[in-house]
Amino acid sequence: MCGTCGCGDSELVPVEVHDRILAGNDRTAAHNREHFEKWSVVAINLMGSPGAGKTALLEATARRLGRGVRLGALAGDLETHRDAERLEKAGIPSVPITTGSACHLDAEMVHRALHDFPWQDLDYLFIENVGNLVCPAIYDLGQAANVVALSVTEGEDKPLKYPVMFRTADLVVLTKTDLLPHLPDVRVDAIKDALARVNPAPALLPLSARTGEGLAQWTAWLESRRAHRAPFPAEAIPALQP
Amino acid sequence: MHEYSIVGALIGRIEELAQERRANAVHGVFVSIGELSGVEPELLATAYTTFRERTICERANLTILRVAARWNCPECRQEIPRGAILECARCGVPARLAAGDEIVLERVEMEVA
Repeated sequence: MCGTCGCGDSELVPVEVHDRILAGNDRTAAHNREHFEKWSVVAINLMGSPGAGKTALLEATARRLGRGVRLGALAGDLETHRDAERLEKAGIPSVPITTGSACHLDAEMVHRALHDFPWQDLDYLFIENVGNLVCPAIYDLGQAANVVALSVTEGEDKPLKYPVMFRTADLVVLTKTDLLPHLPDVRVDAIKDALARVNPAPALLPLSARTGEGLAQWTAWLESRRAHRAPFPAEAIPALQP
Repeated sequence: MHEYSIVGALIGRIEELAQERRANAVHGVFVSIGELSGVEPELLATAYTTFRERTICERANLTILRVAARWNCPECRQEIPRGAILECARCGVPARLAAGDEIVLERVEMEVA
């Protein structure tokens, strides 16, 4: 500091930012999305509680669609590669993403996993998120749609208790409906009502991976997401660079 | 507990801003957190206190502005009451979220030489 004029004195400056704290994640997600769209791959962010039936839904999807539709998956898990192994067995090429203690996938984890995986040839890439009804909803991954699996045993009021997750759902798949006869206190209409109070465009699809109920509607919904894709000459696009 | 990863991104961003402006220190950090953002202000504050050590934010206070969720009709702008079905009773169109999903860094007060 200079004693004559005060030059060199530090000064307190307010810097206006007004930007999303997760802007870095948003940029990576936009990058992922651009790649998915260019290669006409429909990326689905599949979320839900642990045990909601996310992996079983994908196994049933593969059984139903057979070899005509190319499915792939990134399977997020805190530990183990069990989900990815189950999916591989069901005929869905998969890459496990072990998050350690992280409760969610972020766009960067998805981006890194894509480097190990021939995802460009797929029709659908399922991103099976970490089983958790809170954190995964906050991170954009570059997906075309959010699907939340909610099992009938989780109770009628789950959407009201976890509005952040259910607000972001383009589709809620109500799983394990084969158990409904054993659950006299669970009414599908009440779940539908709860969803309509947290999501402005609520879509609820009751489904049983065991009996096959709802699977036709589920694959029709998937097909409708494919119809949104713009045709694009794949050879015009450079491969995803590390 | 994603609040730690959010604080990581927050401090990373502030370090960039401080570097750009050649700041010596940061005195205040102001963020907006919406009711429907999925971020718990208390957990965020705790994570911040833990995380800021040995960063440029070491002595910077964090001020969290909480933003309530507000839904309204995109056509007639009628507010949708809390807990109601998210559809405009008059226009029959889906409501839109007018406020409440913010996870925003609003302002940083830094000391510049």
